[in-house]
Amino acid sequence: MVDDIALRASGLIMEFKGFRAVDGVDLAIPRGTIHALIGPNGAGKSTCFNLLTKVLTPTAGAIHFEGRDITGLSPANVARLGIVRSFQISAVFGTMTVLENVRIALQRHRHGDSWDFWRSDRVLAHLHEEALALLASVGLADYAGHVANDLPYGRKRALEIATTLALEPRVLLLDEPMAGMTQEDVTRISALIRKVAVGRTVVMVEHNLSVVADLSDRITVLARGKILAEGEYADVARDPRVIEAYIGVAHA
Amino acid sequence: MTEINTSHAADTIAFPKGEAAALGMSRTHLVMMVGLVALVAMAPFAFYPLFVVKVLCFALFALSLNLMLGNLGLLSFGHAAYFGLSSYSAAHAAKVMGFTPELAILFGVVVALVVGAVIGALSVRRKGIYFAMVTLAFAQMVYFFSLQARFTGGEDGIQQVPRGQLFGLISLQNDMTLYALVATLFVLGVLALYRITYSPFGHILRSIRDNEGRAISLGYRVNLYKWLAFVLGAGFAGLAGGMKAISFQLASLTDVYWGMSGEVVLMALIGGMNTFFGPIVGAALVVWMQNELASFGAWVTIVQGLVFMVCILAFRKGILGTLGQFLTRKL
Repeated sequence: MVDDIALRASGLIMEFKGFRAVDGVDLAIPRGTIHALIGPNGAGKSTCFNLLTKVLTPTAGAIHFEGRDITGLSPANVARLGIVRSFQISAVFGTMTVLENVRIALQRHRHGDSWDFWRSDRVLAHLHEEALALLASVGLADYAGHVANDLPYGRKRALEIATTLALEPRVLLLDEPMAGMTQEDVTRISALIRKVAVGRTVVMVEHNLSVVADLSDRITVLARGKILAEGEYADVARDPRVIEAYIGVAHA
Repeated sequence: MTEINTSHAADTIAFPKGEAAALGMSRTHLVMMVGLVALVAMAPFAFYPLFVVKVLCFALFALSLNLMLGNLGLLSFGHAAYFGLSSYSAAHAAKVMGFTPELAILFGVVVALVVGAVIGALSVRRKGIYFAMVTLAFAQMVYFFSLQARFTGGEDGIQQVPRGQLFGLISLQNDMTLYALVATLFVLGVLALYRITYSPFGHILRSIRDNEGRAISLGYRVNLYKWLAFVLGAGFAGLAGGMKAISFQLASLTDVYWGMSGEVVLMALIGGMNTFFGPIVGAALVVWMQNELASFGAWVTIVQGLVFMVCILAFRKGILGTLGQFLTRKL
């Protein structure tokens, strides 16, 4: 019997000098679904996210990827397993061209490590076709030769997604993918996420609730480091505890 | 296939691939490389050969520093350690152990590589100013070791190092013969550094410089890349140091002093740290200034300081960086 849980967190605790930012969180994210983590400011979403991406090591608890314990792995090694994260602020290689950005990811994915300092970079030319195809898939084919820093914000995020896809990730961890975006960009990136989520597992932290409602299969609401509610958006949104956490309830 | 637009010049060592011509160089770089080789071939007829030898040694030294500074954005403030240790090692090998000059220089390079591997492993976890401080601290340890160790000759250094006979056959006593050796090693060193800079490995270094967190999230173990760049940089600094010791028949505390580390940073910055060839220009300018102003004694440092200030204020990208911006080419 194959375990169909892609990513499982059990009893995650993260303490910062006595303050529990994450206090006993359990998550089980089935393969092939889009799962959103939401919650008011300070709920522990970002800490949770950083635990899943291994930027932080939990004080207690364990994280399993397809049944394998990854709690002690380094961020780079987690990425090598196919769990790839995005960043809140756009994460492109600013001085490199759009094509080179994607190529750096392809280089890692196809060749593992590149210690070959004695070879000309012409050996990378065979990756260009694939890189251009990836750029085309996010609508950036015409920008291949541009320097990444020259792109407008929404295009940078698209480039980031193309770069991530180059790794053919099995799990995508998106840290507020819509942060700071115009409505037009939100629409475009939403469509993009939906497209790339096919056959993949996606976990995202997101503030924009209409995006969450639109994209996610299930959501987890965090408040004060604990899970407040979990389920489909429509059900969770009706939960009085969730409404209270978000809006607050006037004292009688 | 889509036409690749190359009109946007970024402030970086990288060059747009659309421009690539022969030998994996952009057309601009190919022209500059040919010009450099021609210049190196003609220089000893126009200038005092040993002066040009000094320029070449320091140019290679500055390039070795810029391997990390330009591509990784990491400033090693103790780069004299590898230059100086190699200088001592080569001098000792040639004078006491009776090595031929090429083996003495090779020995210096190996020592620099080994020391660079150890110090690099302990330093690359740090970033920015902390990296500069850690590397400076290690360089100071190397300085005090050089001051105290017996074989380095303390305050006297190692003097009257024999230039010896290349491969045991060709005497280097003649300055022009020596120049031919130094020029050859210099050109080979520049070509090797160029290849490293524009290798698949070099591209990863620049991705780490641009966005380290992102490079990690793509699965790159960035500290290993930084370490390898550090070791390679130390090796080329060692080559420069060994060449210098054999050419000037002297290894002294000046070579490991922190002032030397500062000077080589100055050379890279004046020339342009975001250009490949910039450090060569910076080294030539600084060595030339020191030579011309030697008679003014302590005023050299003051003039040098003024030049540095003018560079920082007027062309922050260095001479070649600013020139490249003006010509909209990557130099």
